[in-house]
Amino acid sequence: MVWFKKGILAKKSEEKTVKVPRGLWVKCNNCAEIIYKKEVERNLDVCPKCSYHFRISAKRRIDIIIDEGSFKEHDETLSPKDALEFKDIKKYKDRIKTTQAKLKANDAMICGEGSIEGARVMIAAFEFAFMGGSMGSVVGEKITRSIERAIEAGVPVIVVSSSGGARMQEGILSLMQMAKTSAALAKLREKGLPYISVLTDPTTGGVTASFAMLGDVIMAEPRALIGFAGPRVIAETIRQKLPEGFQRAEYLLEHGMVDMIVNRKEMKSTLARLISHLLG
Amino acid sequence: MAQLHSRDFEKPIEAAERELEELRAELEEDGSLGSADTSDDLKRLEEKVRKLKEHIFSTLTPWQVTLIARHPKRPYSLDHIGNVFEDFVELHGDRLYGDDPAIVGGLATLDGTPVVVIGQQKGRTTKERVYRNYGMPHPEGYRKALRLMEMAERFNRPVVTLIDTPGAAPDIEAEERGQSEAIARNLLVMSRLKVPIVSVVIGEGGSGGALAIGVADRVMLFEFSTYSVISPEGCAAILWKDGAKADTAAKALKIGAKDLLGLGIVDSIIDEPLGGAHRDAKAASINLKTAILKSLSELKGLSVDKLLEGRYEKFRSIGVFKEDSA
Ligand SMILES: [Zn+2]
Repeated sequence: MVWFKKGILAKKSEEKTVKVPRGLWVKCNNCAEIIYKKEVERNLDVCPKCSYHFRISAKRRIDIIIDEGSFKEHDETLSPKDALEFKDIKKYKDRIKTTQAKLKANDAMICGEGSIEGARVMIAAFEFAFMGGSMGSVVGEKITRSIERAIEAGVPVIVVSSSGGARMQEGILSLMQMAKTSAALAKLREKGLPYISVLTDPTTGGVTASFAMLGDVIMAEPRALIGFAGPRVIAETIRQKLPEGFQRAEYLLEHGMVDMIVNRKEMKSTLARLISHLLG
Repeated sequence: MAQLHSRDFEKPIEAAERELEELRAELEEDGSLGSADTSDDLKRLEEKVRKLKEHIFSTLTPWQVTLIARHPKRPYSLDHIGNVFEDFVELHGDRLYGDDPAIVGGLATLDGTPVVVIGQQKGRTTKERVYRNYGMPHPEGYRKALRLMEMAERFNRPVVTLIDTPGAAPDIEAEERGQSEAIARNLLVMSRLKVPIVSVVIGEGGSGGALAIGVADRVMLFEFSTYSVISPEGCAAILWKDGAKADTAAKALKIGAKDLLGLGIVDSIIDEPLGGAHRDAKAASINLKTAILKSLSELKGLSVDKLLEGRYEKFRSIGVFKEDSA
């Protein structure tokens, strides 16, 4: 993130930041304010000036939602395999290797169990930084196992989505993860166990068109981009400008597609309340 | 005739067929058609046409298969429905918003057995193509399909779906009315529908828009059909940053019949007449009918529990990954 560009920043911000080393400050993607990084972190990676929600890692997400010390990761050794021997301008194999090394993560999802204000849940959270949070076999398998474990244990499931959709490099196998995860959710429903879907920026494509839109309760973070087709694809198809706020969380709420928009600060307590309502 | 062979790689077939026709016309004119001298020439030409078809269609690249799957003369859902089923009564609307012409569906019988049949529908003429939105359904299309499937469950009728779409409609209206939710709900409900479901990709199996009517006990596809997570052009534009690399992307994505069978995505491949289904729609429909009847008879005896267990396992087992055993 390069933000020392002349002319882009407000003058005030330049004065404020010019003498400090990089890395200690961040620029808000929304209000362009330069803010002390520690302050943003203390605020759960939400801009203290404009309430913009920064994208966060799966680990950070789980830390925010799950009671301290209660998280136990599952399936951490699940790792992608290049079944199609896919190669675009780069080999999928190499892409996996470099991304894994860079992020110290096997794939685009962490799943496990823990408690939320004491209530035990299965949780799966996307790692958007891993190939755009794309869903391949590993992500599909982790979600499905999380749901199956929840059925076994009789506890709710929470999936926090942040994904560009299906992973092209796994071709049709990734498409079928949509059916696999949705089928598991159908079983969860039959057992009367709650599934809460949390949509964060961005959630699009095959992820939205499967488990992400199937929550008993669906919540979204403010301003999150949520849709089936990406805005660029739509703009190219219809050859016209998209309306202001199109596919943002607020737009989805207005159109009846999500139950509520929840600030990150209230995420945990809201989840706890919902679970107690549904299971209490 | 010239219009039929609209793909470049079909041109040699077209040329040989023209030659054959000209010879036939010539012979007819001078009254020698059917005589022993001339029938050799005819036979030789007919053989040439057959060999050409055989050769060209046995060596199609994945991109060429894509073009056949999208062939403007390829039989569409309503063509097959007319050929395969009896007494089709089309039903309309999702009871929520509207009726989507990109998905057709209704009641019919198949060799006397009552079924519910649903298919994605493309248009043939420019006007029809626009009317059918190029076979790209909106949420109301998926919701109509769902309504019909739930009706099939109530009346204990098996469901047959015919898949043929470039993908679900990517436009403002589709987003406004919940395209994602419509597709997702179909996946969920189909996975537990208490009657047998047979799905056949008859042309293009375009991504989530195709899968939304494809969660079935038996999934089959025609020899020159494709099933893919994204169109080759779309994939090329994103991964190669060059839409013209569609042929390369088509190959990499493994979207053809043999690959799909190998990956366990489809249960069987339905043969097409020599030179593709667009050369003989009736013959293609006969093969389709045989395949559907066979699948339905395999599923017929199963209890609901066994049926649903099998369907769950079928999709549950799809996925390739590594895992360290603890
Ligand atoms: Zn801000």
